[in-house]
Amino acid sequence: MTSRVRVRPAPGTILAIVLGAGVPVAFVGVFFAWPVAAMVGRGLFVDGALDLTGFGEVLARPRTLRLIGLTIGQAALASVVCVVLGLPIAHVLYRLRFRGQRMLRALVVLPFVLPTVVVGVAFRTLLREGGLLGSLQLDGTFAAIMLALVFFNVAVVVRTVGTTWEGLDKRQEEAARVLGASPVRVWLTVTLPRLAPAITSAASIVFLFCSTAFGVVLVLGGTKFGTIETEIYLLTTQFLDLRGASVLSVTQLVVVVLVLLVAARARGRRTAQRRVDSARSGRVPRLGDLPAIVVTVAVAGFLALPIVALLLRSLRTADGWGLGNYLALGTTGSRNALVVPVWVALGNSLAIAVQATALALVVGLAASLVISRRPRSLGLRRSLAGFDAVLMLPLGVSAVTVGFGFLITLNTPPFDLRSSPVLVPIAQALVALPLVVRTILPVLTGIDGRMRESAAVLGSPPWRVLRDVDLAIVGRPVLAASGFAFAVALGEFGATSFLSRPDRPTLPVVIFRLIGLPGGDNFGMAIAASVVLAAVTVAVIALVERLRVGTMGAF
Amino acid sequence: MTALTIDGVTVSFDGTAAVDDVSLGLEPGEVLGILGPSGSGKSTLLRSIAGLERLDAGRIAWHGDDITAVPVHRRGFALMFQDGQLFPHRTVAQNIAYPLRIARTPSHARVAELLALVGLAGFGDRRVTELSGGEQQRVALARSLAAEPRLLLLDEPLSSLDRELRERLAGDLRRILDETGTTAVFVTHDQDEAFAVSDRVAVMIGGRVRQTGTPAEVWRRPASAEIARFLGYTTVLGGDAARLVRPRSDGAIALRAAALVVTHGGPVAATVVRSTPSVDGWRVRLAVPGIGELDGIAGAQHPVSAGEAVTVRFDDAGIAELS
Repeated sequence: MTSRVRVRPAPGTILAIVLGAGVPVAFVGVFFAWPVAAMVGRGLFVDGALDLTGFGEVLARPRTLRLIGLTIGQAALASVVCVVLGLPIAHVLYRLRFRGQRMLRALVVLPFVLPTVVVGVAFRTLLREGGLLGSLQLDGTFAAIMLALVFFNVAVVVRTVGTTWEGLDKRQEEAARVLGASPVRVWLTVTLPRLAPAITSAASIVFLFCSTAFGVVLVLGGTKFGTIETEIYLLTTQFLDLRGASVLSVTQLVVVVLVLLVAARARGRRTAQRRVDSARSGRVPRLGDLPAIVVTVAVAGFLALPIVALLLRSLRTADGWGLGNYLALGTTGSRNALVVPVWVALGNSLAIAVQATALALVVGLAASLVISRRPRSLGLRRSLAGFDAVLMLPLGVSAVTVGFGFLITLNTPPFDLRSSPVLVPIAQALVALPLVVRTILPVLTGIDGRMRESAAVLGSPPWRVLRDVDLAIVGRPVLAASGFAFAVALGEFGATSFLSRPDRPTLPVVIFRLIGLPGGDNFGMAIAASVVLAAVTVAVIALVERLRVGTMGAF
Repeated sequence: MTALTIDGVTVSFDGTAAVDDVSLGLEPGEVLGILGPSGSGKSTLLRSIAGLERLDAGRIAWHGDDITAVPVHRRGFALMFQDGQLFPHRTVAQNIAYPLRIARTPSHARVAELLALVGLAGFGDRRVTELSGGEQQRVALARSLAAEPRLLLLDEPLSSLDRELRERLAGDLRRILDETGTTAVFVTHDQDEAFAVSDRVAVMIGGRVRQTGTPAEVWRRPASAEIARFLGYTTVLGGDAARLVRPRSDGAIALRAAALVVTHGGPVAATVVRSTPSVDGWRVRLAVPGIGELDGIAGAQHPVSAGEAVTVRFDDAGIAELS
């Protein structure tokens, strides 16, 4: 006798997916999609009717056109420079084995985690008259912005390409060598094709970061240079041209989505590769590595320079060397530039960053757990892939758009949060969310599905499988992700500059305010505050680095 | 009473049936070997029994109770994978204690007893990543047994090991299953392994069970030429050719190389086509008049070379009659 029964999957699975997906979807929906959509809606709809004339009008402005061109050109050029410099560094730092390698790796990653405002201030200090490189007269030029963008993003290439490179089995190269290929040929025909997905992925992320760069461009570019992002900021805060800002947001969103698609495709192909232990890929340096080593040393010097300049300048006061600038952090600055002393702002920053980290972690972990599932239905698998891509969006969508979107949407019940202190942590959590997911998700997808099945067969109910397999394995990456999210939240400037209340500013907001009102001790205070912010960030990242989680900061 | 009943089970992936209308029964204490080439659907069948696959049709029952809708963790079965799937973040002892803790019966003594049973006494505090492949499989077996499963499912448990270790562990496995009186289903593509461990085998090809029986029955009377070839018989003969080898036979017969032995003064004349040295002597390809080319063996004392005329005898040990 054969009975034909259709068996449904266990109800627990469905419930878990709905619950696990529900939290992140609701969070991203209410605090990201809705504000962004509202912002975009302002550009597309006039008096309730679709009206695209705004596009023609705004995009035809010579200034807009110039800035769009500048944004794309600047981001493209910076991506190319980062890849060209990043590849030899990735080789030296992840493929060779030598003493002091970990120190060098830390130095190269450092700029990426420095708050944008700090980097802006550091470059100003370095390049302005009387600075270490003041004689080059680069202050306020395109080159200055370019240097800062490269300073920031070379780490993305080194880290992303490096971790992939480290995992490549060198026996494939050896096989090619044995077959008679020259080292150059081996690199072009064996190594490069295997690195290509990582390079594409890194380049698109760098492009994304550069095209939405805000703090650093705002500090260094003045009024002459800018990005779509700074223009959105200017249009909303200075000219109150919401329609124009909205049109630019849409334009930026289109660019971002296109770039993310490229990145997602590249990432999808990359996961197919098998990683080997780094012991099987590394070797000691030889003479042929000299050019790459020279590039690495030169770039390391370039990366250290603004940091050194910042440190030196922070110790210089009107009456010579001393700690005057740091002592002034207890005041509200000359001409009462600030509402609260800088130390209070630091306290605000830390408290807000803790809340933002908790939020980003809960949402990011839930999202990662759901995305890492491989349901049998193709439709479900596709929607998970789509969800994965949506979570990356906050990485590229203008933080200014989000910040401004908050102000125009979260002002009606049940979400009347305009004056609520939760807005800033929520916005910062959104910015940190993609980084949390990118750190945790690869570890979760790396778990063999049969390990979960083993636990289930041995009698573990689904919640217990989750605890004993997924959460047990992902423990350290979660810790690393929280440190990373904390550092990002601490330095977040784009959205925070919109949302932070005057009586509860964060440290980056205070720094920006201080450089905007020079005179007296204000600039010195800004620099000392930048050093403090950088020091806190670096301390957090140094702790995280000790966890040795390979996926951190790799895209 | 039948312990496990598999009744008309079908599992499809993207419209293709990996397991196609399979029905099988298993007696208490019995060890059933599911033998089949890779891609035959045998692992999918095992996963279905465990509750890890959704059935498109059919039902699975335990002592008469339909358990088709019972979730994996409530079935009281255990599944051991080809590569063990030990938890890397736990020690050997913690891995073995895992099912005990789920059952809320943690016991150091029990863990030590299981370690001794699989021959790894004193390994409790090691990290599982420090173990060799064979040791990992032993730990995985101990972990599965710790659950005191009503049914133990083994998915190619020895395939990832090298030959010598595999043969030794196959013996150990059978001993342990006997000592614990465990009812088990065992999947493998290796005939030797299946015959060494199982009471009964089911041969699975193309998603369907093609033959069941004791290892000896299946070995002596394969149900089809396809099964015979999978079991290592190199030639299937029918009609007059078959009667030349075995005059009494009225159906088809299957031959392995061992069926044809080069002997001085043997009853059948043949010509050597090819000859390759092997551990036991020679593997030869012979042209036999009235039959065609057949595989055969020659003892080390009988060096033969291509073109040579020899005489051969047929050895029943290498011949099976198709049923």
